[in-house]
Amino acid sequence: MTLQNPEFEAECIRRILAGEKHLFHDLIRPCERSIYFLLLSLLKNESEVEDVAQETVIKVYQNLDKFRGDAQFRTWVLSIARNEGLGRLRKISSRREDSLDAETDEQTGDYTPAILTSWCEIPTEALERKELGGILREAIEGLPEIYRNVVLLRDIEEMDIRQTASALGISEAAVKVRLHRARALLQRNLAPKLKGFAPKRKNWFRGRT
Amino acid sequence: MRIDCNHVWEYISAYIDNDLDPVVRADIDRHLETCEICSAVLDSTRNVVILVADERVFELPSGFSDRLHAHIDREISPSK
Repeated sequence: MTLQNPEFEAECIRRILAGEKHLFHDLIRPCERSIYFLLLSLLKNESEVEDVAQETVIKVYQNLDKFRGDAQFRTWVLSIARNEGLGRLRKISSRREDSLDAETDEQTGDYTPAILTSWCEIPTEALERKELGGILREAIEGLPEIYRNVVLLRDIEEMDIRQTASALGISEAAVKVRLHRARALLQRNLAPKLKGFAPKRKNWFRGRT
Repeated sequence: MRIDCNHVWEYISAYIDNDLDPVVRADIDRHLETCEICSAVLDSTRNVVILVADERVFELPSGFSDRLHAHIDREISPSK
């Protein structure tokens, strides 16, 4: 995650609109990761994502004079990315004839956690190994879409509940419910697998308190 | 109030995000002191949250940023 700086953004936008177009690179750079992962959660196809990401940044540029500063810049950018992504999905699904609205919060599932008592340390060194990254990515990619979106923004891009709700166009209550279920599903899936990685304690828990 | 394990699991995500009523949080803390299973579930869920947030797990594809900025250059600075 890259920290946002509203003063820098406001100044950048003012200067871009005044003609210093090249500053747009600096303005959009901190949002790149979020754009990519939001679109990946919607589209699941890297080349589609790249294509729509490019359309998104141009749309942001073209609409820069409409940004009023009443939302965070990144949140505004992500709502544009989401619209572009949904537009692309509609195009794809009109070819495939499957519904975008098939998944709802009403769906049932087993959210009881995996019970284990000895995995309480973080296998951080194991992250260096491709294997662990692969297990984590696979688990997240295997989540139902409505949960995956929330995890990508909230836990991977570390946006707060309000920003996540705004970027996805859902209520904060829905973000919390989906996040809870997503984490429960991930824990259930991952805890038994990650237990196999030899843990070594490192004090890198940044504390989400 | 005494709460059971199922009750604790309902609140795990909000507990990790520190988004709980203080009374409920205190009830859960009391439960965690004596329940090894719930402590492990909390730890493992928190660790999963930490692991997925690690930038090494989800990296941008190689060259993504360069291609994005090249596209921006083509679109916004045709004279460049």
